[in-house]
Amino acid sequence: MIVAERKPVNEIVEMIKDADRVLVLGCRGCVSVCSAGGQREVEILASLLRLGRMKEGGRLETIEATLVRQCDREYIDEMDKWDGEYDAVVSMACGVGVNFIANLRPGVRVYPAVNTTFYGGSAEQGVWSEQCAGCGNCVLHLTGGLCPVARCAKSLFNGPCGGSQNGRCEIHKDVPCIWQQIHDKLENLGRDDDLDAIAPIRDWRTAGHGGPRKAVREDLTV
Amino acid sequence: MSFVPDIQVICCHYTSQQILAESKEELRRDGLPENVTINRFACGGKIRETAILKAFEEGADGVCVVACEPDKCHNVMGSRRAAKRVEAVRRALAEMEVEPDRVMMFQLERGFHPDFVRAAEEMNDRVAGFGPSPFKEGGR
Ligand code: SF4
Ligand code: SF4
Repeated sequence: MIVAERKPVNEIVEMIKDADRVLVLGCRGCVSVCSAGGQREVEILASLLRLGRMKEGGRLETIEATLVRQCDREYIDEMDKWDGEYDAVVSMACGVGVNFIANLRPGVRVYPAVNTTFYGGSAEQGVWSEQCAGCGNCVLHLTGGLCPVARCAKSLFNGPCGGSQNGRCEIHKDVPCIWQQIHDKLENLGRDDDLDAIAPIRDWRTAGHGGPRKAVREDLTV
Repeated sequence: MSFVPDIQVICCHYTSQQILAESKEELRRDGLPENVTINRFACGGKIRETAILKAFEEGADGVCVVACEPDKCHNVMGSRRAAKRVEAVRRALAEMEVEPDRVMMFQLERGFHPDFVRAAEEMNDRVAGFGPSPFKEGGR
């Protein structure tokens, strides 16, 4: 899922300082699952924003709502029922949601309430970790299913680097060296010979280095 | 005239059961300050961040959350959940440059009300020292 976390309240209070009526808009997708921007977080943020305005000696009206998703046109259309009732939208969706509102409703002022951090998963409650960087040319079939792009500090393809110590990455003792894990995993699978092959220099255009990416599925377009 | 804060106690049913069985007069005799209001929830686990924030929106100067001792919660995890939510609200207050100690968590033995009264008193003294909530009249 896409993992996000709420921005500091004072930053959001500052963004909306010119608005007297705000639509605080959550998303029922990833940000609900990682408890950053679902209905519950919407209620908390709306209350905090009202308090932030009270602290300035003013009054803020809020509408609290959550869309099924903010990354599909048909769900964004649901916003129209509040037309004229708000001066600005504070979106608690990931950056995709904020961009979608900005794209599809050019006249609407929309602000991000969360920092969109990474694609990750939660192996223990309340803790998320990055697993994939969306590089557009997946190599997990070569690395035992462990991602060297997202999980190696240098995104190496022929690791480990010289900084790998006792299974830990040189950037921090709490960070496992994913290349050590890739070697261990392939050895366990009896496939360590695969690692003798040198991975060629990679073409990073698929990873966004060639500009914004787009996927078109002719079988689905109408 | 010196400042008398509005203190809202938000507590779980089990920690407040005995104290709420008493009359107002009895509570005053036990030392519970008059400016303290008790709000009872079914369990610490039902005390959400929004309940604490709502108290501030409605004019509280300080909020005191009381639930069972962490390992003796009637509903297992309720008190620990409440403590985490109190922490989340304290962080948010700090982000808004408001004293985090305007919200405090107390995990007390069930039904043992002298401690309950002490918690309310401690909160009352602390918040009286801070002065009125900055959320009231723009902190002026
Ligand atoms: S190799 Fe690329 S697509 Fe595959 S998991 Fe890593 S970042 Fe994601
Ligand atoms: S120590 Fe391991 S994970 Fe860290 S940068 Fe080097 S190869 Fe990558």
